Amino acid sequence: MISATLRSPGIRRLGIRSLGIRSLGLAIAAAMLLHVNFASAEDAKVENTNVETAKVEDTKVMIDNFTFEPAQLTVKVGTTVTWTNRDDIPHTIVSAGKFRSKTMDTDGTFSFTFTTAGEYKYFCSLHPHMTGTVKVE
Amino acid sequence: MSHHDHHDDENPGVSRRRVLECMTWAGTGVLWTVTGGVPRSLGLVDSAAAAEPAGMTFLQISDSHVGFDKPANPNALGTLEEAINKVKAIPTKPSFMIHTGDITHLSKAAEFDNAERIISQAKLDVHYVPGEHDFIDEEVKLYKERYGKGTKGAGWYSFDAGGVHFVGLVNVVDLKAGGLGNLGNEQLEWLEDDLKGKSKSTPVVLFAHIPLWTVYPQWGWGTEDGARALEYVKGFGSVTVLNGHIHQVMQKVEGNVTFHTARSTAFPQPVPGTAPSPGPMKVEDAKLRGLLGVATINFKQNNQPLAIIDTPLQG
Repeated sequence: MISATLRSPGIRRLGIRSLGIRSLGLAIAAAMLLHVNFASAEDAKVENTNVETAKVEDTKVMIDNFTFEPAQLTVKVGTTVTWTNRDDIPHTIVSAGKFRSKTMDTDGTFSFTFTTAGEYKYFCSLHPHMTGTVKVE
Repeated sequence: MSHHDHHDDENPGVSRRRVLECMTWAGTGVLWTVTGGVPRSLGLVDSAAAAEPAGMTFLQISDSHVGFDKPANPNALGTLEEAINKVKAIPTKPSFMIHTGDITHLSKAAEFDNAERIISQAKLDVHYVPGEHDFIDEEVKLYKERYGKGTKGAGWYSFDAGGVHFVGLVNVVDLKAGGLGNLGNEQLEWLEDDLKGKSKSTPVVLFAHIPLWTVYPQWGWGTEDGARALEYVKGFGSVTVLNGHIHQVMQKVEGNVTFHTARSTAFPQPVPGTAPSPGPMKVEDAKLRGLLGVATINFKQNNQPLAIIDTPLQG
């Protein structure tokens, strides 16, 4: 359980800033630091988390010209997808009953970690002709 | 200035709809008069505005996007102020003003406050309907706190002025994935009921943010269930539909219904299909004010013509 709690916030913060290599390094460093601090009976699970973090690649979706790119995405369970709005108009990411971003102004981001397999259709609640799908395997 | 007529592309050769679409794009505004369903341009805005208007006159402003500061217009509050100064300079005081939504860009309290500070300088009653940009605060309450008094549902209402029945509709909430603007069943039932018992000779004005007619579905410019609203006004002799959202003047006449969209006071958007997206259009600084503006609508009682004058901030 601790393993999931540790990993998730790190990735989330990472997504909110940017997915640059430097941030990634920092996030991993932070995770390792936590690992050291909290090392105890949960040790084995924490180890697993680090392996998983390295294995599942996080993915970006860009919003340009009122379009999600890529609009169709297939990812592995555990992947964090980060959307970045590069338009001069705000957008949202809404998957009915699953997740809902705040309004993202220009350069705003939203990240969601997909922990369950399935097909997630989403759209922009302000411009509903903008639609996309994340398939989680 | 350029304007062109074209027929409904989806139904080439179909005369059923008797569609005549005119678009005033850049430059000076045009006075439109509608006789027998065919709009006719009477002249340039300056000479039109100089003529003494008879009957009731009201104004439409739209899409102020207060808070917008991107390259297409780094000072949307400033151009709103210019628009209000134009309004103040109109020689015959209009009866009131309608604002067809997107007062703010991000629904921030300060944006609403700044908009109110400027718009109130016109010293006119203002009847608002919300745009999607006015409903994006976390609790979705700032618009309703300010403009929702006496309205139903998400903010719809009607009122009478100068013998005309005005209906403000909300088509920016509960939008469905892949769809267009949305009125919803509750509002449509209310509208049907609201129009019941009105004499068919009463001129009706419907106003809402997103066009009630399908302008360009690829960009979401239309209202999913707008046709149902138009069904309820079918028997009325004179119906005018005023919208915003698309940041450019477009006009269409279909039978007894005149459709009109207003310019934004903040930034222009591209003509449908001429750009990769409907996003803000960056134009040369010198051209911006020719693409922003306000509209004056004049009802002449006991007379057919209806005149809509679109005035850019700078001709």
